[in-house]
Amino acid sequence: MPKTKQSLSPYYRSLTLNMTVAIIVVSFIPVFLVGSTIYYNFYASYQEKVYAHLEELVEKHRQQIDAFLVDKLADIRFLSRNLGFANLSNEAFLQSTLASLQRNYRPVFVDLGVVNGAGQQVAYAGPFKLAEAVYTETDWFQQAMNKEYVISDVFLGLRRLPHFIIAVKNTINGEPWILRATIDFVAFNDLVENIRVGETGFAYILNRRGEFQTKPLIDFVPSEGCYGHFFDCEKELNDDVAITEREDEDGKKNIYVTALLKDKDWLLVYRQESADAFSDLRRAQFISVVIFIIGGVSIIMMASMLSIRQVGRIKEADRAKELMNEQVIETGKLASIGELAAGIAHEINNPVAIMVEEAGWIQDLLEEEDFARSENLDEFERALKQINTQGKRCKEITHKLLSFARKTDARLQEFSINDLIEEVVGLSEQRAKYAKVTITPQLEANLPAIQASPSEMQQVFLNLINNAVDAMERQGGEIIVATRREKDQLFIEVRDTGPGIPPANLDRIFDPFYTTKPVGKGTGLGLSICYGIIKKMGGDISVDSTMDEGTTFVIKIPVREEHVG
Amino acid sequence: MLEPIVLLVDDEAPFVDTMTKRLTKRKLTVFKSYSWEEALETLKENSQIDLVILDVKMPGMDGIETLKEIRKEFPLVEVIMLTGHATVETSIEGMRLGAFDYLMKPCDMDVLIEKVNAATKKKRDHEEKIREARVSNILKART
Repeated sequence: MPKTKQSLSPYYRSLTLNMTVAIIVVSFIPVFLVGSTIYYNFYASYQEKVYAHLEELVEKHRQQIDAFLVDKLADIRFLSRNLGFANLSNEAFLQSTLASLQRNYRPVFVDLGVVNGAGQQVAYAGPFKLAEAVYTETDWFQQAMNKEYVISDVFLGLRRLPHFIIAVKNTINGEPWILRATIDFVAFNDLVENIRVGETGFAYILNRRGEFQTKPLIDFVPSEGCYGHFFDCEKELNDDVAITEREDEDGKKNIYVTALLKDKDWLLVYRQESADAFSDLRRAQFISVVIFIIGGVSIIMMASMLSIRQVGRIKEADRAKELMNEQVIETGKLASIGELAAGIAHEINNPVAIMVEEAGWIQDLLEEEDFARSENLDEFERALKQINTQGKRCKEITHKLLSFARKTDARLQEFSINDLIEEVVGLSEQRAKYAKVTITPQLEANLPAIQASPSEMQQVFLNLINNAVDAMERQGGEIIVATRREKDQLFIEVRDTGPGIPPANLDRIFDPFYTTKPVGKGTGLGLSICYGIIKKMGGDISVDSTMDEGTTFVIKIPVREEHVG
Repeated sequence: MLEPIVLLVDDEAPFVDTMTKRLTKRKLTVFKSYSWEEALETLKENSQIDLVILDVKMPGMDGIETLKEIRKEFPLVEVIMLTGHATVETSIEGMRLGAFDYLMKPCDMDVLIEKVNAATKKKRDHEEKIREARVSNILKART
């Protein structure tokens, strides 16, 4: 039924689609929720950890640098206070002091100088030719005169090399004097340069004006003012370590960790590319996305395969259901036909009976002498006989039809199959003799009794034997009725030596109204009734035939063990 | 013996009429009824009826009921059942209730006559026995 299939196919397709979509959605939503929850939580906590780590790192280094500066300041102060102006102004003494400083504290101090209240250097120890230098105009000198001490920014100075100064003011006899020390820029730079994490992380120091105080790993131009725009110049500056994330000119995101140094004069900045800092995170994210995609693809594939298979099963079930519906309808039809047949049969019988009676009456009248001389007497007789024959035929048909439709008279009894067969053989004896057919029973002894309707079984065997006799009417022949038992089945065979049934007809002989007998001789219902009866008792009937040799009908009936008798 | 005296009961009038003609031609005495009430009436008025030929399926009271009535009221009268629709159960039940035999419509005339004769013979023999028993009773009473 291609038409039906066509109209159903879009239904099945949409069903498949719906199922697939439903499965995908149901599978994806929890995966997605769980995945994204974990993803973001992991991201948040990882970021927190990274920041915390960087904060600590920068804090540690800030402390280190501050300690360094404080340390060096303390050294110079100590020298200034303890050794005094008089000693230190002596250049030889100054030099030996510098030498011992350098010996004890690693070569951090480059040179030492003593400067008087007017800014003139009165003593100098160091590698540069700075004796008699005048620092009156310099920032650091002016600052130093105002405060107790000063640590200067990095500057080039007279020596034309980057350095910074620690200067301590003291007074002798009411006159101010300054002990000045230069810190090795390289040594200081190393402190900061050593802050390296990952592949792109490095640190540098900026002063308030945004000028580099150390040499950064990558050359770039810092922003100006208020520590390179890390802080809003208006706001009160916070001593905490701060973390920000910013994009540079190339669009790359960088993390900046900042901490104030040297009494908020300097800013320690640690910079690392975000991608580098979060490289582990990025990798984990990438892996999870890949897994998600692979998982997603497999979910989709599996969902469609599953749905297709399910819908396939549904299709099968629907088809089976349709088939069963058809069968049920067929059975219902058969049942109503049966009832109809019964009604019709009865209705037909009465008129037919009347017709036959009237024909009989005419026959009776014809026997009177007046008619005996009529020329058409033979014709009258023949015609009346024909009416009789046809009436009988109607009767047979209706009776067969009625037994086809009949549901009752199937009361089960226990009886011996051999006895029944002998009875039936006896019934058919006359007719068989007349047709020159011998019926030979070959009955196995001690067969168990069966539970069945004896009248129905009788009908079956009568039918089979009559068919066989009819088939062999002209030439005569032999019918063998054999019974035997095999395990839990009873076998009954009705074998004849007749002309056989052509293979083409073998499939159809159990069909109702199928007959090869000439008109008036058979209704075609006999074997289909037999089939129904045998099937009803859970048995089976089959036929085997060879042309010109004979036909065998085999009936199998299940036997129950308890009733052996 | 005298020809059988039968009562035909069937609601199909043409059937009854033609059957009557045919049986009469064969020298039987035939009474007709087209319903069971008529049948019982006729039996009451004609006690010489030997046998009733009765159609099983009739409107009103059905054949089995009629049979029971007849056997009750007229126990000696034999009944042959005619069935047009081959309910073997009804026929078997009828036999159990005392019908002589059953035939299927349309019926073979020779077969019918055979059965009619047999039934009549049985009834008349029965009647004879009863008469003899009565006579010997009377004689015994006398002595």
